[in-house]
Amino acid sequence: MSLFSISPGSGQASAIPTARLIQTEELAKMIQAPGNDKPLMIQVGSHVLFSQAHIPGSEHIGPASSEAGVQQLRKRVEPLPRTKFIVLYCGCCPWGHCPNVKPADDALHAMGFTNVKVLYISDNLGTNWVDKGYPVAKGD
Amino acid sequence: MRGSTRFLLAAAALAAGALVAHYAVRQHRAVGVTLSAPAQNLPAPDFTLPQLNGKDLRLSSYHGKVVLLDFWATWCDPCREEIPHLVELQQRYGDRGLQVIGVSIDDSPDPVHPFYQQFHMNYPVVMGTAQTGTMYGGILGLPITFLITRDGRIYAKHIGATSAEVFEKEIKSLLQN
Repeated sequence: MSLFSISPGSGQASAIPTARLIQTEELAKMIQAPGNDKPLMIQVGSHVLFSQAHIPGSEHIGPASSEAGVQQLRKRVEPLPRTKFIVLYCGCCPWGHCPNVKPADDALHAMGFTNVKVLYISDNLGTNWVDKGYPVAKGD
Repeated sequence: MRGSTRFLLAAAALAAGALVAHYAVRQHRAVGVTLSAPAQNLPAPDFTLPQLNGKDLRLSSYHGKVVLLDFWATWCDPCREEIPHLVELQQRYGDRGLQVIGVSIDDSPDPVHPFYQQFHMNYPVVMGTAQTGTMYGGILGLPITFLITRDGRIYAKHIGATSAEVFEKEIKSLLQN
């Protein structure tokens, strides 16, 4: 007997234009390359996830699906030049279900930031980043 | 090589092999972090965590029941889709020995309380931590669900939204044992 079936999610992240995405492999190469010209990387998901594993050098802001998370994000980037290279990521859920990256991307663009990329994570951070052997840190 | 030395080397190799097998199901290898999942048929890592009602829940106190351990969050769409059906599974199979336990990885219990009421959740929910996630191999995507046998061993791990047919089939099988 079928109790339920899984239906497609709201697909918020899917509405982000492809041109604003960065792929995991590209970001991994970028952060491992010599030099100091690294993007500001901001994780806009759960702190419990961030503490277990995150991209080295990235900062935790909080889930941008909540107004409090978006406010935190705005506060963090407010003093930065609008040309600052910023990478947003979450990885909590399959891409089409992630509720956090689209509001974060929208907020930065509304503030006038012109060099923002969103890390495309198709399944979750474990599968698409950690399991690939890309650099990972844990803790706060 | 002396016999005693050979014996010691063999014992060391066996011990190392056992350790590797213990953490064999999934290994995250990356710079700065290694996350190991408990292997199938090995004991589910025990934990004590606060429930929404303030009381502690200890996983091992459910020894003798089939446990469906669901890592989820209120803002996770696939989790929200699954939870009504976990409620239904608990209702349907609870008196036969199923116990669903939710581990919320929300950063605060504040959104979990109203969610619990809104979704008429009929099973305990605890607030998870990074340490709990690490014990279970890293909860780095949601939902992740473990099925645990009556004697407290990992039977299955499901990453991502899983259909009720799959859960129900496994639960029925485990309840018969």
